[in-house]
Amino acid sequence: MTSFAETGPRTAVTEGIRVDKVNPRARLLKNIRAVVVIILALVGLIPVFAMGITAFKSRADVVAVPPKLLFEPTLEGFVFLLTDRSQLRGTTLAEAQENAEGGEPIGIFDRIALQNGQRINGPSDFILRLRNSLIIAGGSTLLSVTLGLFAAYAFSRFEIPGKDDLLFFILSTRMLPAVVVAVPLFLMYRQLGLHDTHFGMILLYTVFNLSLTVWLLKGFIDEIPREYEEAALVDGYTRLQAFFKIVLPQAATGVAATTVFSFIFAWNEYAFALMLTSNNARTAPPAIATMLGRGGIEWSAIAAGTLAFLIPVIFITFALRKHLLRGVTFGAVRQ
Amino acid sequence: MSTEAKSHVSETARPAVGGLRSSRRALSDRAIINIFIWPTLALLIAINVFPLFYSLYLSFTDYSAIANQAPVWIAFDNFARILASEQMWSVFATTGQYVLFSVVLQLLLGFGLALLAREKFFGSGIVTTLILAPMMLSPVVVGLFWKLMYNPTFGYFNYLLGFDNPALAPDWLASRIAGQPTPGLALLAVIIVDVWMWTPFVMLLILSGLKAIPDYLYEAAAIDRASSWFQFWRITLPQVAPLVLIAVLFRTIEAFNKSFDLVMGMTGGGPGDQTEVVAVNLYRQAFLGQWQTGRASALAYMVLIIIIAISNIYIRNLNKMRNQS
Repeated sequence: MTSFAETGPRTAVTEGIRVDKVNPRARLLKNIRAVVVIILALVGLIPVFAMGITAFKSRADVVAVPPKLLFEPTLEGFVFLLTDRSQLRGTTLAEAQENAEGGEPIGIFDRIALQNGQRINGPSDFILRLRNSLIIAGGSTLLSVTLGLFAAYAFSRFEIPGKDDLLFFILSTRMLPAVVVAVPLFLMYRQLGLHDTHFGMILLYTVFNLSLTVWLLKGFIDEIPREYEEAALVDGYTRLQAFFKIVLPQAATGVAATTVFSFIFAWNEYAFALMLTSNNARTAPPAIATMLGRGGIEWSAIAAGTLAFLIPVIFITFALRKHLLRGVTFGAVRQ
Repeated sequence: MSTEAKSHVSETARPAVGGLRSSRRALSDRAIINIFIWPTLALLIAINVFPLFYSLYLSFTDYSAIANQAPVWIAFDNFARILASEQMWSVFATTGQYVLFSVVLQLLLGFGLALLAREKFFGSGIVTTLILAPMMLSPVVVGLFWKLMYNPTFGYFNYLLGFDNPALAPDWLASRIAGQPTPGLALLAVIIVDVWMWTPFVMLLILSGLKAIPDYLYEAAAIDRASSWFQFWRITLPQVAPLVLIAVLFRTIEAFNKSFDLVMGMTGGGPGDQTEVVAVNLYRQAFLGQWQTGRASALAYMVLIIIIAISNIYIRNLNKMRNQS
């Protein structure tokens, strides 16, 4: 390396002045970079966009070649997804159409089904699957956040022999591939009568999410200064009172973020649900997957189902964007 | 024993209050620790640890969950048969390719994007959040709607690539181009989706590392007239290395775990066994056909050992990072 004296700066480097603020070339480069990133992001979003519009296409428009960008939006996909229909033929169909034209008040879903010559018999299986998803994801989230909160507090505040090993053990359970645990669990659940039950799945997802909740919440609680509790203890609070009245309110953001993460993970879970449920407790993800197998593929219904999954997720991603990395890396990375 | 368990807090707090507090205190710290931790540990042991021991036993037996026969002890036969099976090696190879290609691609693209998006620009918050949304989706659902994207006749993917004649276009998930079998195409299609889904995550991770690099390092380098290439190798790369490692390890573990959902949603392992990653193969052996529970358990243990090795490195680094921050 040449010495500093030979190659030293010709002009003084003034602290606080960034090159891109003074140099037009650097500023241009910065703008180009921003444009490139935005273009790449838009390209990346094409599949999401494609899925979004497919959800509103009619059956004919979905399979149009080349893919249509402009089309008449319809709720057909949602009707297919959410209702159980039967085909009407001949006179019954004509009769139903006549009634509809005659001004008989029918819902928008009925009207769409009628356009395809179908009558709605009732809600589809998918509604039941969504309900199962809601019960199982909700129940397991409640349990895992509650248990995780207590454990995280204890791990954060007390000297526990073998603490690091215990935390390591808790996290390592998360790394197990579902398929590996599912085989023995299947046998165990069958023995205990938990196979295909909501309770069994809640229990399973609780455990599945515990590692996440313990680690995330411990991170959040670690950030709350101990001094607050110490002051409360001096004032005569019991340890439990200090936990509920001092720590919990301060950890509220962390608890909320953790709750949402564990709900999403349980809501999205597919492998365990596929292997440990069959009908009674089957959740939405494996149900969407098997929809493909039955008869003709209703792409618009699948797109509608995907959209139903995507919309809440986008909102949640926005709400959680500050904690996103933290949630996905178990608290290793804080933005 | 009990003094050991007392926290730093109560030890410093006690002298100040003396007898008053100890009489009002409902539970000792020791009791609180037990009540707070044991439910979690007990559940983990019941639903994770116990099944693992159970399947360790099963892996040494010949057993089918749908047959009315008790497990028969066959020692290491299952393991020997798996290792001797050519089909299994091809499954392992497919998994290896899947993991290797998707992780490397995600890392390269993610790093590139992070370098590009390093400076905040108008709308950067919205853009980064939007591209992260797929990551929060259920992988099986993602797989399903990509199946539509890849559809050879009316899918968007070929259309966007510029194929307007479906007869000449590649049928990605069937591994065919213009009717000609093209092995590897389906696997590539799955890898593309994995990369699409997870590159933003890697990017965000590296971005957070880039933002944490102190400016003075670059200022010092600028004073020394170091080239930007030199700055990249000597400052940027070493500084974000821990995060890159986290990203790689995390994606590797997830590629084992989540590849199942994605592959099941898109191809179910097909065509033939071209996209049959080890998790899918495991599922087939355990829950379809003859339900070879014993053999599947043995295979599960082999996967487990690989995963444990990788996650060990992961967790160690994670701990190191947490302690630093």
